[in-house]
Amino acid sequence: MTSTYKPTDEKELAELISWASAEARPLELVGSGTKRGLGCPVRINGHGIPAKVDLSGIAGVVFYEPEELVVSVRPGTPLEEVNRMLAERNQMLAFEPLDWGWLLSGESKAGTIGGAISVGSSGPRRVKAGAARDFVLGAHAVNGRGECFKSGGRVVKNVTGYDLHKLMTGAYGTLGAFTEITLKVLPAPEKTYTLLIHGLKPERAVEALTAAANSAFEVSGLAHVPAAEAARSQVSHVSRADRAITAIRVEGHGVSVMHRMEALKKLLAPFGPLDELHSMNSGRFWTELRDAWLLPPDHQLVWRVSVPPTSGAEIVAASGADSWLMDWAGGLVWLGYESAALGQGARIRAAMTGGGHALLVRAPETVRREEAVFQPQAEGLAKLSARVKAGFDPSGIFNPGRMGAVSLPGAA
Amino acid sequence: MNVSMAEPIAPDLSALAARFRQVLPLECVVTDAVSRKPFETDAQTMHRQMPGIVVLPETVAQVAEVLKLCRDFGVPVVPRGAGTGLSGGATPVPGGVLLAMTKFNRILDVDYANRCVVAQPGVTNLGITKAVEDDGFYYAPDPSSQIACTIGGNVAQNSGGVHCLKYGLTVNNILGVELVTMDGEVLRIGGKHLDPEGYDLLSIITGSEGLLGVITEVTVRILPKPETVRALLVSFNSIEAGGACVADVIASGIIPAGMEMMDRITIDAVEEYCAPGYPADAAAILICELDGPAAEVDYLIGQVTAIATRNGAIGVRASQSEEERLLFWLGRKSAFPAAAKMKPDYYVLDGTIPRNKLAPVLARIGEMSRASGLTIANVFHVGDGNLHPLILYDANVPGEMEAAEHLGHDILRLCVSVGGVLTGEHGVGTEKRDLMPEMFTDLDMQQQQRLKCAFDPGQHLNPGKVFPTLHRCAELGAMHIHRGRTAFPELPRF
Ligand SMILES: Cc1cc2nc3c(=O)[nH]c(=O)nc-3n(C[C@H](O)[C@H](O)[C@H](O)COP(=O)(O)OP(=O)(O)OC[C@H]3O[C@@H](n4cnc5c(N)ncnc54)[C@H](O)[C@@H]3O)c2cc1C
Repeated sequence: MTSTYKPTDEKELAELISWASAEARPLELVGSGTKRGLGCPVRINGHGIPAKVDLSGIAGVVFYEPEELVVSVRPGTPLEEVNRMLAERNQMLAFEPLDWGWLLSGESKAGTIGGAISVGSSGPRRVKAGAARDFVLGAHAVNGRGECFKSGGRVVKNVTGYDLHKLMTGAYGTLGAFTEITLKVLPAPEKTYTLLIHGLKPERAVEALTAAANSAFEVSGLAHVPAAEAARSQVSHVSRADRAITAIRVEGHGVSVMHRMEALKKLLAPFGPLDELHSMNSGRFWTELRDAWLLPPDHQLVWRVSVPPTSGAEIVAASGADSWLMDWAGGLVWLGYESAALGQGARIRAAMTGGGHALLVRAPETVRREEAVFQPQAEGLAKLSARVKAGFDPSGIFNPGRMGAVSLPGAA
Repeated sequence: MNVSMAEPIAPDLSALAARFRQVLPLECVVTDAVSRKPFETDAQTMHRQMPGIVVLPETVAQVAEVLKLCRDFGVPVVPRGAGTGLSGGATPVPGGVLLAMTKFNRILDVDYANRCVVAQPGVTNLGITKAVEDDGFYYAPDPSSQIACTIGGNVAQNSGGVHCLKYGLTVNNILGVELVTMDGEVLRIGGKHLDPEGYDLLSIITGSEGLLGVITEVTVRILPKPETVRALLVSFNSIEAGGACVADVIASGIIPAGMEMMDRITIDAVEEYCAPGYPADAAAILICELDGPAAEVDYLIGQVTAIATRNGAIGVRASQSEEERLLFWLGRKSAFPAAAKMKPDYYVLDGTIPRNKLAPVLARIGEMSRASGLTIANVFHVGDGNLHPLILYDANVPGEMEAAEHLGHDILRLCVSVGGVLTGEHGVGTEKRDLMPEMFTDLDMQQQQRLKCAFDPGQHLNPGKVFPTLHRCAELGAMHIHRGRTAFPELPRF
C-alpha cells in the first residue's frame, strides 16, 4: 500500500526527507497530482512503490508587492489562486503557465504553482516575454539530504551565486522540493487583439509568422492551426473559418495595439485574406492554443516538440501525425496520434535535423514506460545531468525515473 | 601581490608549458614575464596576480587539450575574455594557467529566419549587434563595456545593461552554448530552439563565472530594432521624489526600455567632463527611455510626463531628435570616466535592492560616505533597483584603498539587509567572495558547490572565486547515513 505524507511546513518536510534519505526510501513529490501523467512514471529499480509526499499543505502567499512586480508563494498554492490574485491588480504571470488538465484528464485542472514551475512549461508568450524559468527570481527548497537551502532573491537583477531555482524549474521535482517560490510578475496588457490569416499551408504559414516576428511590431503570439483543429475552437471566427488559420497576437496599450494591427495588416495582406479577434475572443483562442485544447481529446498520443522555428512545418510533414498545432512561429509543434502505437518518437526525432527536443506529453502509462519520453541526450550531457541530480539528491529518493534515466538512482 | 617583471616561470610549470607547445602553435603559449604581465588583472584592479602561463588556443580541440593537461598536472586554470570584468573573475590564480579566448573571434552563423546568431565567445558584445544592424536587428543586453567585453564573458557573468528592465539579462537572451569541461569533453546545450531538453543547464552556465566549463560557442537571440526610441530627461529636487516617480511609472503598467538615475555629485562630474547640458538645479535626474512603435512611444511619453509632474518633477524634457536622445545618454554613459577625473581611482559597487528601499538606502549611503570621508557618486539602474555607487579614492594615499574597500563592503551589507543582493550584474569573483555569507548560509553555498563538483570534481577551473570556503568534492558528496537512527517523522499519514 502506498503511504501518503502531508507535511504542513518546511520543517516537517525536511524531517520527512531526512528520514527517507537515511532509509533510502523513494518519495514521489506531488502538488495536487494533476501532472502525474506528465514525464515518465515514477519507478524504482526492483520493486515497491514510492511513498507519496503531498505538498499541497505547504501553501499560501508569502508576500505580493504589485508596485515591485514581485510575488512570493508557497508551492502548494493553487495556480488559479495566484492568477486570480494577480488579475485583481492587473498583473499576470507573463510566461502563461499551461492548464495541463485538459490534455491529461480532459478537464481544467491547473494544479499548484509548485507543479507549474516544476514542469516549467511556457505558453505562447514565450517568444516575447521569455520562459518560465526567466520569471523565477528565487526559491527555498529542501534537497535530498533533508537540508533546507535557498538561492536567488526577490529582485530581478541578481547574479549572486548560481541560479539553482532556475535549474529546478522544469526538473519535475527530481532535484528538490520547493517550499517557497519568488516570481517576477508583469502588468497585464490593456488590450489584446489577434490578426488572423486564412487558408495558409504550413510552410507558407511559417513564412507569414516569420515576417511578423521579424517586424518591429512586438507581437506576443505566433501560431498556426490547421482547419480540422480550428473547427474545434469556441471562437466562431476561428471555428467557422472552415480553413486553416494563422494567428498573430498584439498586446499592449490601446493606441499602440491599433497602430500595430494596422501595420501588420499591411505587412501580411499579401499572404491571404485577413480577419481579427478582439480582446475577449483573443483571450479564449490563445488559452485554447496554450493548453493544446484544440487537439482532439481522443487522440491517444500527444507530443510537444521544440525546434528551430523554421523547421516547424517540416516536422509536421514528416511526423505522420493525425492532428497538430504550431506555436512560437513554428518553434513549438504539438502532434497528436489517434492510436497509441509505439515508434512515433523515433520518427519525430529523426526529422529534427536542426536540433531540438521532443517530449511525449499524453500517452497511456504502458507507452510512457516504453518510449523515450524525454529527448535522449548525448552521453556526456546525460552523465553530467546525472551528476547534477546526485549533487542535489545523492540517494536518488526524489521522483526516481521521472525525467528518464538521468533521474534514476545510480545513473551518475 | 605585485610580482617582479623578471620573475621566471615557476619550475614546476615548465613541463606543462612543454606539453602545451605540443598541442598549440608556439606563439599561443606565453611564458615570458613581460608578455604575461597584461593578464595580471581584469578591470577590478585592486587585486593583481601574475599568471604562471598564458595560453591562447585557436580551436575547440586545443581548448579541450589544454584543460585535460591542466587537470592531469593538477594546475588551476582561469578562463578570460576581454578582461573587463569588475569582480576579479578573470584574475589569475597563483601558479596557474590563464586561458584567454581572444582568438575565438568569429561570427559563425547569422540566421534571421530563426532570429539568432551563433558566435564564438571572443566576439565582442557590440560585434554581434554590428553584424546584424544593417538588416534591422540587434542583440539586446548592452553592458556599458560593450565595445570591449566578449559574449563569452557576458555569458559567464550573466551581464546586464541599461535595457535589462524590458529585455532582461544575458540569460534571457541566449539559446545555446558549446562548453568544454575540465575533462576535455565538448558538450552542446540548447541550440536554436526555445525549450530546454532535460535539466536547464544553460540557466546555470550563464552566470557561472568561469567555474563550470569553458564556453566555446554561444547562440544568442536577436531582436528586430524598435521602430522608434525616445528618452525623457526628468529632474527632481530630491532622490526620494525621483524614486517615487519611478515606482508610479511601474505601478501604472508601463515597463520602459530603461530607467537610469544620477545624483548631484555625478551630474557635476559629467557636466565638467562632457557638458551634456543637464539641469543645474537638480538633486537627481532620471533618464527614462521608451521604445516601440511610434504611436506607442508618443503615448507613453505623455503618460510618463504626467506621472513625473505629479511626483514634483522640476523639469521634464522629451527628446525631439536622435541627437537629443544621445545627448541625454552622453552624460550617463560617461559617468565612470567622469568619476575617474575626480580622483585617481574608483571602486564601483553593484548591489541591487527592492525599488521601494531606494530613498532610505541612498540616505544611509550618504551618511556612510560623510563618516568615512570618502566621496561617493551614485549612478544607477533605478528601474530594477541596481545601484552603482562609485567610491572615489587615491591608491597612493596609504590606507585609502583599504578604506574604500571596507566602505564598499558595508554598503553591500546594507543592500542585503533590506532584502537586496550583493551583485546585480558584475558577479562575485574574488571581490565579493567573502561577503557571500551575508546572503547565503553554509548549506546554501554547499548546494551551489555541489553543482560545481558535478562539472569539475577536481576543482581546477577558476578555484578561489565565488565561494569563500573551498570544500573538497568528496567531502561535499559524502552522505552521513544514520540508518535506523533518524526518527520516523511525526506526520499526518493517509
Ligand atoms: C567601464 C565598464 C563598464 C561596465 N559596464 C557593465 C554593465 O553595464 N553591465 C554589466 O553587466 N557589466 C558591466 N561591466 C563588467 C564587464 O564588462 C562584464 O562583466 C563583461 O561581461 C565581462 O566580459 P569580458 O569578456 O571582459 O570577461 P572577463 O572579464 O575576461 O571575464 C569575466 C568572467 O568570465 C569568465 N569567462 C570569460 N570568458 C569565458 C569563456 N569563454 N568561458 C568561460 N568563462 C569565461 C572569466 O573566467 C571571468 O570569471 C563593465 C565593465 C567596465 C570596465
